[in-house]
Amino acid sequence: MTLLLAIITGVLYAAGIYLMLRRSMVKVIFGLIFLGHAANLMIFTVGRLCKGAPAFVEEGAMQAVEPFADPLPQALILTAIVIGFGVQAFTIVLFKRTYRTLGTEDLDEMRSTDRLPEENP
Amino acid sequence: MSILLAIGFLASAIAPLLHRRFRENFGWIALIFPLSMFLGLLWHYPTVAGGMVVRESIPWVASLGVNLSFALDGLSLTFAMIITLIGAAVFLYAGAYMKEYPDAGRFFLYIGVFMTSMLGLVLSANTILLFIFWELTSISSFLLIGFNHQRESSRKSAIQALLVTGGGGLALLAGFILLREVTGSFEIADMYDMNALITAHPLYPAIVVLMLLGAFTKSAQFPFHFWLPNAMEAPTPVSAYLHSATMVKAGIYLVARMNHEIGGTPLWQDTLLATGAATMLFTSVLALGATDLKKLLAYSTLSVLGTLMLLLGIGSPLAIKAFFIYLIAHSLYKGTLFLVAGTLDHETGTRDVRRLGGLRRAMPITAATAALASFSMMGVIPLVGFIGKETVYKSILELDTWGIPLIAAAVTANAFIVMVTLLVGFRPFWGKARATPKHPHEAPLKMLLGPGLLAVLGLLFGLFPDLFISTLLDQSALSILSEKIGLKITLWHGVNMVLFLSLATLLAGGVAYRLRNALQERLDGFRAPALMKPSSWYEALVGGMLKSARLQTALLQNGYLRNYIQIVLITALSAAAYALYQAADRVRIVPDVSITFYEAALGIIIIVATWMLVTSQSRLKSIVALGVVGFSIGIIFVIYGAPDVALTTFAIETLNVILFVLVLYRLPKFVSLSSTSNRIRDAIIAGSAGLFMTMTILLATSFDLSSKLKEYYAAASVPEGRGRNIVNVILVDFRAIDTLGEITVLAIAALGVLALLKPGPEEGRRP
Repeated sequence: MTLLLAIITGVLYAAGIYLMLRRSMVKVIFGLIFLGHAANLMIFTVGRLCKGAPAFVEEGAMQAVEPFADPLPQALILTAIVIGFGVQAFTIVLFKRTYRTLGTEDLDEMRSTDRLPEENP
Repeated sequence: MSILLAIGFLASAIAPLLHRRFRENFGWIALIFPLSMFLGLLWHYPTVAGGMVVRESIPWVASLGVNLSFALDGLSLTFAMIITLIGAAVFLYAGAYMKEYPDAGRFFLYIGVFMTSMLGLVLSANTILLFIFWELTSISSFLLIGFNHQRESSRKSAIQALLVTGGGGLALLAGFILLREVTGSFEIADMYDMNALITAHPLYPAIVVLMLLGAFTKSAQFPFHFWLPNAMEAPTPVSAYLHSATMVKAGIYLVARMNHEIGGTPLWQDTLLATGAATMLFTSVLALGATDLKKLLAYSTLSVLGTLMLLLGIGSPLAIKAFFIYLIAHSLYKGTLFLVAGTLDHETGTRDVRRLGGLRRAMPITAATAALASFSMMGVIPLVGFIGKETVYKSILELDTWGIPLIAAAVTANAFIVMVTLLVGFRPFWGKARATPKHPHEAPLKMLLGPGLLAVLGLLFGLFPDLFISTLLDQSALSILSEKIGLKITLWHGVNMVLFLSLATLLAGGVAYRLRNALQERLDGFRAPALMKPSSWYEALVGGMLKSARLQTALLQNGYLRNYIQIVLITALSAAAYALYQAADRVRIVPDVSITFYEAALGIIIIVATWMLVTSQSRLKSIVALGVVGFSIGIIFVIYGAPDVALTTFAIETLNVILFVLVLYRLPKFVSLSSTSNRIRDAIIAGSAGLFMTMTILLATSFDLSSKLKEYYAAASVPEGRGRNIVNVILVDFRAIDTLGEITVLAIAALGVLALLKPGPEEGRRP
């Protein structure tokens, strides 16, 4: 299963990067989300897989008994997912605002800073 | 001495505050600063004149041999007294001159830093320390030349001066480091007896070239002379102080200081001689083209700097004697004349000699001061300038082969200096009055006292040379040569060849003054081609640098986001891929858990959804695919023992899809923007990046993971965190600060979203 997850992570990375190289801003945002997924899966996989054994301490016991999944990567991923969402939400709204102001989502038309396009003053 | 310098920097730092407090009378306050330093130095005078060297050393970076070492010998004291004395005159003068500038406080900060650094430079006994002060003077010079930073020419000149002297400074540093390779020390005192060792070393030529590059750029020797006339953009007190009396003499000081240690070889002496002579002659002729008072003075300063370098090149006891007298004389009269030029500018509103005349009635004291300094500059008996020029001629005449051509060059150069003097020191005050932009009247006391004092000193030094200069001179010469000179200085040498040459110089100067327009026309006839002008080399160098920077920017930072990503990716991949390739044989696939049918199905679903998203033209379809990928990843988390992560993923994915639908559903369809070849190229880059990540994961999982943290958290969760869900305990307990940071990030993102959703001003205006 590690192999399968490694391949899926690779595919997600490839898709994320491919999307980030597009000219359409929406696709770049999709790419950003994919990179987030890929990074999370990578941390998860590299932290070793453990099927069906969440990191819980049984009722009455003082500590968890092997086998159980490593809790640390999970904690890191949780933080990453939430922050990633913050970034995504901001990017999506930023995109909306950009589109409303400039009337385009082509990144090539947004190369110059602090100047609105001539035809849309 | 270190305390003196520390106080100096401190006083400079509070100068703007004091200036704000005292305003009008700040000149008098500022005067205390150089004057007290001068008196402090004077206190050491008997010791130094008695043949002792005052030393002081505080370890700084002792492991590298860099110490705060200071030494006060005759040479240092001579320079230090010039610095503080002229500083006193300039500070007082500037108090009145800078009155109209709103930020004169800043000016006093810079010039205070300069004076302290310059003192540090001549007092340093450690080469690295000397270099630091050297650069500090370059930097304060940059700030002062660019003081009127609203003017483009001012900024340009400041940068030019900084680049030329700063570049030379770097060469000097390299020279010092090579010198340390040879001698094993940064302390100048350690090198005092090593002349034979240094000059025989194979690195010796490199040391000489590097050090002289530093000295020649700083003292504006040909072909680096061009920055000095441009530096006249600075306020006049700065020109008087930095660019005639002190900073430009730093290079000459360096040569004099190191002469005993690394001098004496034909390479050293001949280079100094040739460069000095070329500068002396060439720059004096350039004065013909100038009409600005300050530019005229600048060209004559260049010529004098060349003469001083030439004297060091001759290096005979007589030449060293001439060096000191000429140095002192020049600092006195040139400082005075610059300040007079500043006064003229200040009171009449112009610095163009063609528009000035007959001012002696309106400004009698200034006229008298100017006349006194001018006589010294022309070398008229009984002023110190006369002794200076006589001794210079005499030491040149001592030479065998080069005596005749050099004396001709020296007389020519001095004739042009006489011409400059007539133009600057006399013409504005005599003859018929000309209309000036401002109604001329005498300058205030603060602007008369300094130059007046310096001019009178020039007379006193000339009348009583024994009293003032002789004692110090012996000690100064000892720092340069190892023998005592023991020559007496006298005003009158009798009627001889040298006196005849002096008279000839005056005569030729007068003729040059009369014929200057005709000469100028002849000179215009053969304008030097650009290739011959050193300033055009500089332009080409700076231009080339800017061009290559622009090229590089255009190449790397062209505003296309995807190009940045590509460059970063390709660089990172090609660097890391090689390492991964080497480790490839150590990859082994862990046969941990077999793949069940639903896991395989999940994998296929993710890959198909990803493909759909990448290729789809429809926005809605893309969003659905995005949701599918997100939820499938959530299911993977469920299967592999991470229920909390899975729950969060589900929640976030739901929010994401809703957000996307809300924002995107009204937008048009995707349009195909990239060409097919671009798509293929991007696919190759992305594909290799994906493959690279897969391989990285496989490699990382091929090794045993001994996670001490896993055991720790498993054991500590209940007793210390009082929780049975270990992941939760980590988040809210062990790493609670992280979680707090995370919440803060979300809050900031929410604020950003809010700000972006509010209608902006440009939308408010629209109907």
